[in-house]
Amino acid sequence: MSTSKQEQESGIKNPDPKIVLFLCRWCSGKGADLAGTSRLSYPPNVLPIMVNCTSRIDPRFVVEAFLDGADGVLVTGCHFGDCHYKTGNYKAYRRLSLVAKLLKQVGVNPKRFRLTWISATEAAKFVEVTTEMVNDLKKLPPYWRNGNGGNTNE
Amino acid sequence: MKKEMDEKKKVGVFICHCGRNIAQTVDIEKLMEEVREKYDVEFVEDNMYMCSDPGQNLLKESIQAKNLDRVIVAACSRDMHEPTFRSAAQEAGLNPYLVEIANIREQVSWVHDDKEKATEKASKIIGSTIEKVVRDEPLEPLQIPVVQRALVIGGGIAGIQAALDIADAGYEVTLVEKSPTIGGHMAQLAETFPTLDCSQCILTPKMVALSRHPKINLLTTSEVVSVEGYVGNFKVQIRKNPRYVDVDKCNLCDDCTAVCPVVVHDEYNQGLAPRKAIYIPFPQAVPASYVIDEATCLGIDPLICSKCKDVCLVEAIDFDMQPEIIEEEFGAIVVATGYDIYPIENIGEYGYGSHPDIISGLDFERLLSANGPTQGVIRRPSDGKIPKTVVFVHCAGSRDPAKHLPYCSKICCMYSTKHALQYKHLVHDGTAINFYIDVRTAGKDYEEFYKRAAEEEQVIYVRGKVSEIIEDGDQLLVKGVDTLLGEAVEVHADLVVLATGLVPSKGTQEISHLLKLSCDSKGFLKEAHPKLKPVESALSGIFIAGTASGPKDIPETVAQASGAAAKAATILASEYLEREPQIAQVDPTTCGVCHTCIHVCPYGAIYLDEVVGRITVREALCEGCGSCAAACPSGSIELKNSTSEGIRARIKALLQG
Repeated sequence: MSTSKQEQESGIKNPDPKIVLFLCRWCSGKGADLAGTSRLSYPPNVLPIMVNCTSRIDPRFVVEAFLDGADGVLVTGCHFGDCHYKTGNYKAYRRLSLVAKLLKQVGVNPKRFRLTWISATEAAKFVEVTTEMVNDLKKLPPYWRNGNGGNTNE
Repeated sequence: MKKEMDEKKKVGVFICHCGRNIAQTVDIEKLMEEVREKYDVEFVEDNMYMCSDPGQNLLKESIQAKNLDRVIVAACSRDMHEPTFRSAAQEAGLNPYLVEIANIREQVSWVHDDKEKATEKASKIIGSTIEKVVRDEPLEPLQIPVVQRALVIGGGIAGIQAALDIADAGYEVTLVEKSPTIGGHMAQLAETFPTLDCSQCILTPKMVALSRHPKINLLTTSEVVSVEGYVGNFKVQIRKNPRYVDVDKCNLCDDCTAVCPVVVHDEYNQGLAPRKAIYIPFPQAVPASYVIDEATCLGIDPLICSKCKDVCLVEAIDFDMQPEIIEEEFGAIVVATGYDIYPIENIGEYGYGSHPDIISGLDFERLLSANGPTQGVIRRPSDGKIPKTVVFVHCAGSRDPAKHLPYCSKICCMYSTKHALQYKHLVHDGTAINFYIDVRTAGKDYEEFYKRAAEEEQVIYVRGKVSEIIEDGDQLLVKGVDTLLGEAVEVHADLVVLATGLVPSKGTQEISHLLKLSCDSKGFLKEAHPKLKPVESALSGIFIAGTASGPKDIPETVAQASGAAAKAATILASEYLEREPQIAQVDPTTCGVCHTCIHVCPYGAIYLDEVVGRITVREALCEGCGSCAAACPSGSIELKNSTSEGIRARIKALLQG
């Protein structure tokens, strides 16, 4: 952890992190769109990919995104009880919580993977979550491009 | 990035300026250049407004001129113009499912300021969308044949209204009612608020109209025992329990009840009057026929007793009737299984059951009814005296999350006000006292009705809860509090009426299991959307009417029933239903039949076809969430046009460069 101001200033280890952002078609996708229609602003580092439901997200997609060069993966879906497909987000939660655990166990900094729920009206939350994640990841070295897979002592 | 596909796809990319909305943050020139250079595309073009007529014409002409077989429109959100561009492409002869939107407005130009970065991101999004679209297959909307017949479950006012409306729209309806007559709770009511219409007078014409309707098949003493299938094609088994009286022969002479030796409580009169084991639920019952109560009749074994059979001149009684299983197919189902009143034996502090003069609101309805046990003269159950002071306890067991129902049952304030008014009309010198928490009068003319009771007809309203009701001589001592005065109140009453709330009926609970409908925390059926889909269940083709989804008054119930009927008729109106074709499909060559997908599917859309031993998708049920595709351990089940391979390629494309 950085303590001094100097360290904080030089704390940027990755000025341009790449984050794969999974959106569901119903809540979080619409929330992301609302951020646009509300002319809110967030860093361009999040690269969106829309699926019908978070339950479509195979845990392998997350792992492979890291292998493909992502510095972080952010999965957003409907709040519990709001899933367009009744229970898809519960399934995503169960599967992806395991992924989070696995990533942690192999040494990936937990800040690199986030799962969160964003409703169609929560544009502000969408902006907050994406901005926060980008800022967090700027302080971590590039995950794969640093040559060691980023999996040591994060 | 160039890729090798089995067959090279001719991709056309159309980039929209959206006036300055996109163009001011995304460098369109540079973006077009990048797309041409980096991706394997046949054609790249831009337009000021792609959604305008010239923009759409550009799309159509280019598809034809360049023989494009895949199209990407980089523009606004898919929610805005996906249908516009898909139908334009269709007009040009391209399958609409081969058109994809790359959202570079809401998710790029409107949220980023750095032009270079925004352009770079737009390029990546287009690249990723290309990876999707080259893998997409042409799809045709699924056509599902519809059985143009509806099933209505429950014969209360909701079911009656729904059945009549669907039948009037020209479709056949089967109405299944568990009890021997239709009419439901409304048939038990004396008068209705706020107009004080006689309940029977407005209900029974509808009951008769239903029984005479050529398109309605009425099945009383019947229950739904199993439901299979899906919207447009429900296969339903109905058990018709024996009535032991031939409806067509019975001429209502009433000779049978005179000789029947079995006397039991009459449910229609809330147990306040007796009936025989052979009986007619009430004089205007539909079907107009007597019925034998199997549970109490001695004569199902005719050796023991066959007195009724002996006196029946028309030979309507048949002890040999057997339950019948009827199998029918329906295109839509309306669930109108209604409510029960909250079991007030649960409310120990109010002493229901411990004293005959502590009764429920529904009991009081029977005392008020002209065809009730007292012929409409209010006599208290204990000694038949006309009560001079009646206490009405609002929210008996309602709005009490610690011990009873947490919710407000909506109708009790109004029915207690109605009871008090009716009582005052019948016992002019009587005193009616309402103990209330709040008086809730949200409904047309409801507030006026309450004002009339409180201000013009001297009904007393005391704001406060009743804590205890105890016997005191031949009266009841009601102990409560007046929270406006801040004082304890004690009232001697001759009769206490508990305004109990509504709970889901037993039938509602049973049907929710049978149809796999989800319930809310109170056990009422859950709507597909509490605001925008109030009559639809989460299951396509199954609709909800009346109090099965929560407490409602009669006008709201009827409105909802008509709404449910209209929704059901919308399905029945077409011979085929069109559905989104983006559904799951199984590759039987690699599928290990592990059943994982069957368990994760929220719609029961996947099953094991035992004949061929293969996992099979019921196309009409699949909604396309893709949960199965993510769960399949062998990657053998895929969501069309959202394959794992495609998603992986999209991720790679986003991260490249």
